[in-house]
Amino acid sequence: MPIEVNGKTLETDEEGYLVNLDDWEPGVAEVMAKEDDLELTDEHWEIINFLREYYEEYQIAPAVRVLTKAVGKRLGKDKGNSKYLYGLFPYGPGKQACRYAGLPKPTGCV
Amino acid sequence: MSDTKKFMFLNRRAPYGTIHAWESLEVVLIAAAFEQEVSLMFVDDGVFELVKGQDTSEIGMKNFSPTYRTLGDYEVRHMYVDKASLEARGLTAEDLVEVEWEDWETEETVDNIVEVVDSDKVVELMEESDVVFSF
Repeated sequence: MPIEVNGKTLETDEEGYLVNLDDWEPGVAEVMAKEDDLELTDEHWEIINFLREYYEEYQIAPAVRVLTKAVGKRLGKDKGNSKYLYGLFPYGPGKQACRYAGLPKPTGCV
Repeated sequence: MSDTKKFMFLNRRAPYGTIHAWESLEVVLIAAAFEQEVSLMFVDDGVFELVKGQDTSEIGMKNFSPTYRTLGDYEVRHMYVDKASLEARGLTAEDLVEVEWEDWETEETVDNIVEVVDSDKVVELMEESDVVFSF
């Protein structure tokens, strides 16, 4: 189902992930969050930006366990746990945050 | 955990041209995410998978070589490279990516889990694995 972002129509797959990774802009996350009735805060953006940097470096979306550890290491232990991350992204930090960040679904995620 | 098995992924083919290398890497990521004990072995043309500075822009395939560098984060502890295969292709350990491993709790680190081993060691490592997946 395509989404409308700043006047552009962007293609997504059946689970709502962007088909073309290069289509991403911050507005994509805003539009997707609005559909989920979620307001993006600085804390959300911290994770979204982190995921984009991780993808840029390693070319994959991290498994949630790896994401949790990496966040703890990079952003502090109080944030590197599933309670904090699920608090921000109730549909699952791996799936939901990767979708907002314009990344594919993490490998091994069902 | 008692149901943890030693998985070895044996990589024998060049990274591009067939889907084997990428498929192997994807299964590694899945196996490691399920907390199995995973190691990788690179033999024959498989050693090319770890060569630094790959550029796939002309062949229309995704360059997944940077992904190997995150395997330490997936708790992969060992990536072995067959010395004879490396030498036969005019390569040395210097030509290969380095993969760091860190224990997040104890902060114990290993700067590089990529290790060049001789043929006897290759055989020994394969024998002590519970499961060997060949790609």
